[in-house]
Amino acid sequence: MRRIGIDVGGTNTDAVLIEDGKVAGAVKAPTSEDVTAGILDSLKSLAAGGALKDASGTLKKLDGVMIGTTHFINAVVQRRSLTKVAALRLGMPASATLPPFCDWPEDLAMLVRGGVWMVEGGHEYDGRPFMPLDEAAVTKAAGEMKAAGLGSVGISAIFSPLDPSHERRAAELVARVLPDAVITCSSDLGRIGLLERENAALLNAALADLARETIAAFEKAIGDSGIDAPLFITQNDGTVAEADQARRLPVYSFASGATNSMRGAAYLSGLADAMVIDVGGTTTDVGQLKNGFPREANSVVKVGGVRTLFRMPDLLSIGLGGGSHVQLDPLAVGPVSVGYRLLKEGIAFGGNQLTTTDIAIAAGVLPLGDRRKVAHLGVATCRKVFDEAARLAEEAIDRMKTEAGDVPLIAVGGGAFLIPDKLPGVSKVIHVQHGDCANAVGAAIAQVSGECDQIFKDLSRAAALAAAQGIANDRAVAAGAARASLATIESEDMPLAYLPGNSVRVRVRVVGDVAATGAAS
Amino acid sequence: MSRRALSIDDIESLALGAWILGTGGGGNPYLPLLNMRALYREGHRIQLVDAADLADDDWVGTVANMGAPLVGQERLIDSLTLARAVSVMEKHIGKRFAALMSMEIGGANGVRPLMAAAHLGRPIVDGDTMARAYPELQMTSVAIGGLAPCPVSIVDVRGFESIVHKVPTWKWAERVARKICTEYGASAATCQPPRTGAEVKEWCIHGTVTKAMAIGNAVREAQRRHDDPIAAILAVEPGKLLFRGKVVDVQRRAAEGWLRGVVRFDGFDDWRGSRMSINFQNEWIVSFRDGAPLAMTPDLICVLNSDTGEAVGSETIRYGQRVTVIELPPPAVFLSPRGLEHVGPRAFGYDLDFRSVFSA
Repeated sequence: MRRIGIDVGGTNTDAVLIEDGKVAGAVKAPTSEDVTAGILDSLKSLAAGGALKDASGTLKKLDGVMIGTTHFINAVVQRRSLTKVAALRLGMPASATLPPFCDWPEDLAMLVRGGVWMVEGGHEYDGRPFMPLDEAAVTKAAGEMKAAGLGSVGISAIFSPLDPSHERRAAELVARVLPDAVITCSSDLGRIGLLERENAALLNAALADLARETIAAFEKAIGDSGIDAPLFITQNDGTVAEADQARRLPVYSFASGATNSMRGAAYLSGLADAMVIDVGGTTTDVGQLKNGFPREANSVVKVGGVRTLFRMPDLLSIGLGGGSHVQLDPLAVGPVSVGYRLLKEGIAFGGNQLTTTDIAIAAGVLPLGDRRKVAHLGVATCRKVFDEAARLAEEAIDRMKTEAGDVPLIAVGGGAFLIPDKLPGVSKVIHVQHGDCANAVGAAIAQVSGECDQIFKDLSRAAALAAAQGIANDRAVAAGAARASLATIESEDMPLAYLPGNSVRVRVRVVGDVAATGAAS
Repeated sequence: MSRRALSIDDIESLALGAWILGTGGGGNPYLPLLNMRALYREGHRIQLVDAADLADDDWVGTVANMGAPLVGQERLIDSLTLARAVSVMEKHIGKRFAALMSMEIGGANGVRPLMAAAHLGRPIVDGDTMARAYPELQMTSVAIGGLAPCPVSIVDVRGFESIVHKVPTWKWAERVARKICTEYGASAATCQPPRTGAEVKEWCIHGTVTKAMAIGNAVREAQRRHDDPIAAILAVEPGKLLFRGKVVDVQRRAAEGWLRGVVRFDGFDDWRGSRMSINFQNEWIVSFRDGAPLAMTPDLICVLNSDTGEAVGSETIRYGQRVTVIELPPPAVFLSPRGLEHVGPRAFGYDLDFRSVFSA
């Protein structure tokens, strides 16, 4: 396997080459205003190190370039580059008093809401139709969307994760009237919970133009660099999607940065079950690896103020990092940080703000800046600051731990120097080589997943689990996984209160390695 | 009747407090709250009335949604359907309700009667029949009082309307209504047996809407000030802090149509080294600390998110969550011998004599 992993962050664009299970090259370049240039720069510096060519000077064959980005989530949070969306819900007469966009922050709704149409359709919990799909009403709605100049459509239906047929049929009918429309069906975005799933579909539809442009920019950067390899985009859950799927479902790439650093930590340390602490410039994220993947948040996740049910890692963020302000009397570390201005504002760099990095320089831990500028900070002072940072880290780790015993801890990120070699509740602290590029490493090693989340009736528990497993496997293969490499990483069944006939909701998630290009799977 | 107008802020507090009084069940009141926000934007307003202010011969409609909470996440119940359950009942009995009331203040049903009241322009009685959430219709103060278990109206958003006209007991009302509800798609709006003002005064549990609002308000205030929300609840309610810790195991299974199971916790802070478990049947029923029974129904066991003070439900509680468990006292009606027959630990199949953490 030979892959390039790229993490397009707010400050830096990191790139690594992974070859035969080893990091064969790692670089950092500043993120550029136009994404293409930053990626191109990082690929150029990777090439400059000679990592991309073999002994005879020809470019090595790559299996893929995997890019992780915060672009899409930033667009929603910052309310920019969003497309107006036509919302079509199939489920009347139910749910009429809570129409699409009903729980969005008003400023975001104003930007995204192009129009709302609600027609009869949808299913019951057991797969019976709730109402027949009103096809004439769908076609009429599509005509009105066309008249309003809308080109991106989000379609939702009651219990569509159980039976997506009404959403798919409505998408066909809309496409007849609006052949160029980008259509997002909520059943492609997973879970039970109409409002949250619909919100995800509407956000996805709102990102249609940005996704097309961004992924085109990624493809251009790779093309311009002379690399010939398929592009993959990393997802919130530590897996990847092919560029085409990511273009269609950009919301799945929302939280991939944090996930990538945890997956990178697992890879670089060789541990599948451990706590991970990722210390950046401003914040520290603490999470837990289970089977090499971050433990997932199970509750409602708000993105830019919108409730969704995305697959996101369960993280605890605290205000501790390499740029954290340090106050000596009384002692306080963070939560305010100088952030990307560290190289201007830190005392060792000629600025006026004492930071944790200055302390590390004074203590001789980091060979950066001008050590003479921080010579007044004595050993005891440095010790006190490190102890305080360790206390903050320890508290966060304790809150995220799910076992009583001591667990291993992997420390990654540019600020990992703040994590001491011994911490209470931790069996050992592991600092890894290339830990500062863990996110790009995580992108490079990402896998493909498939998920099934639906209600089964009148089946034994084992039969229901097996049925769900089969669906998840097929979905992973459809997303580009090699079937032989599939492994189940989550399997959960929940009997449904009140429902007769042994109704059980089963959720299964499988992952596998990306199939080699062109290989039939 | 002396009435007090509720602000939308009061209803926000009611929703948060009702979810805490749901003791793990009853469903999250988020969707009813969204409906209320929309109704308030349209100009609807809710009046709250004390039970004591009802005339003895007034009629009161008890409103609740019935069904699987999961179905409620897809078929979002709308306010007009709840209002129709009330209208169908009024037509059936040929009386006009002077006010509406919650069957179950705990969970989503603590807010839903307001949705019907908004459309029908009726006040809401400051009270209910559970002072919390419970999984079955016979687990109410009015059932303990031996009041009539019928008629019950059951309606569906598509226009279906049923009346359970005559059944001999509350358990039969539960069985028959549940069947109809399941055929509708496991989601239905109901109007429970009509009550007279005199019955409400004698058998309903008074002041529970105000109580839920006070609890919710305390939590929201603490959240705004970044204070401890749990301490804020215990400052307005005579409750006890039982445990602080994190979830280390969740087992769920369907048994006789309910969600039953056990959640296990490991202690934090003063409880480090100690273990707690809570058995549930939709709601939290009996808790054990280090193997010994600690708190049990009808005392209210409330599992709360330690950071936000908001309730954690038995359907969604998960491994690794950091929670605080508190205990709130039950209404007196549940502590009589007949009350304990309906809602004590034996009513849920536990061979335990009720012992309150408040009598220790």
